Amino acid sequence: MENHNYLNDISEIKNLMDKSSRFISLSGLSGILAGIYALIGAWMAYKTIYFDTSTMGSYRDLVISEAAVMRLLAIATVVLVASIVTGILLSIRKARKSNENVWNSASKRLVINFMIPLATGGFFILFLIEKEMLGLIAPLTLIFYGLACVNASKYTLGDVRYLGITMIALGLLSTWFLGYGLLFWALGFGGCHIVYGSLMYYKYENN
Amino acid sequence: MLNIIQNINKAFDHRIRLGIMSILMVNESADFNMLKELLGVTDGNLASHTKALESENYIQIEKQFIGKKPNTKYSATIEGRKAFTAHIEALEKLIKSS
Repeated sequence: MENHNYLNDISEIKNLMDKSSRFISLSGLSGILAGIYALIGAWMAYKTIYFDTSTMGSYRDLVISEAAVMRLLAIATVVLVASIVTGILLSIRKARKSNENVWNSASKRLVINFMIPLATGGFFILFLIEKEMLGLIAPLTLIFYGLACVNASKYTLGDVRYLGITMIALGLLSTWFLGYGLLFWALGFGGCHIVYGSLMYYKYENN
Repeated sequence: MLNIIQNINKAFDHRIRLGIMSILMVNESADFNMLKELLGVTDGNLASHTKALESENYIQIEKQFIGKKPNTKYSATIEGRKAFTAHIEALEKLIKSS
């Protein structure tokens, strides 16, 4: 008859272990929105690259002007900032609903461990742009973002790990099929975010 | 049966002490406020339970200052980890055997 109590104990233990070590208020909805921003960004980038700049010769030998590079950077920055802000706002909302403090030790750990690979990639890519080696940028953003997700997944919902692995795979494919960077980029940051975001939304928030 | 019950640890036979140990098992350390927030208990209540666990040598308490604010950090001892693992195994066996 004491059995019921012990079962309660076990679930309480599990709940506290999760709550104290993982940030579980990550919003799936913000993933979906980030994916939509990325698709809009990719569309604008596509227009910038293929319509606003001249292609020289009979080959589709792309010559990107400095103005176009600046515009691409601006698009990328806006997409990134909008996604982060959305993610923070929606996670705050979700945390309030479940009475969790947003800025606790779990979310701090999540942010730090997410930022280490991401910042490494960010600086790496900025230096490549500075040295005008532009070809690998799209694959590298996918790969470093994927690594950041895998690293951060230990401190939040486990699904983020699979998002990361998918991103890394897309990044490697995109390195192999080098001319299709933008397509893979849209598929990764757009498609994957929407798919995994919806998955997480229906799994954790749809109640 | 007697054996199983022997492994049920009296020190963990309370929701809050069980909670403190659960948190410290998966975190290197936790400070007073983090424990308070996660467990939803009052200062005095938490303090008396941490003291009980400390006197069993299951957790260690480290007091320090962050700037001018006093900060108390708790972490599980090796002995505490062993005892807690044994306790959970006993709980599982008890649930399975019934």
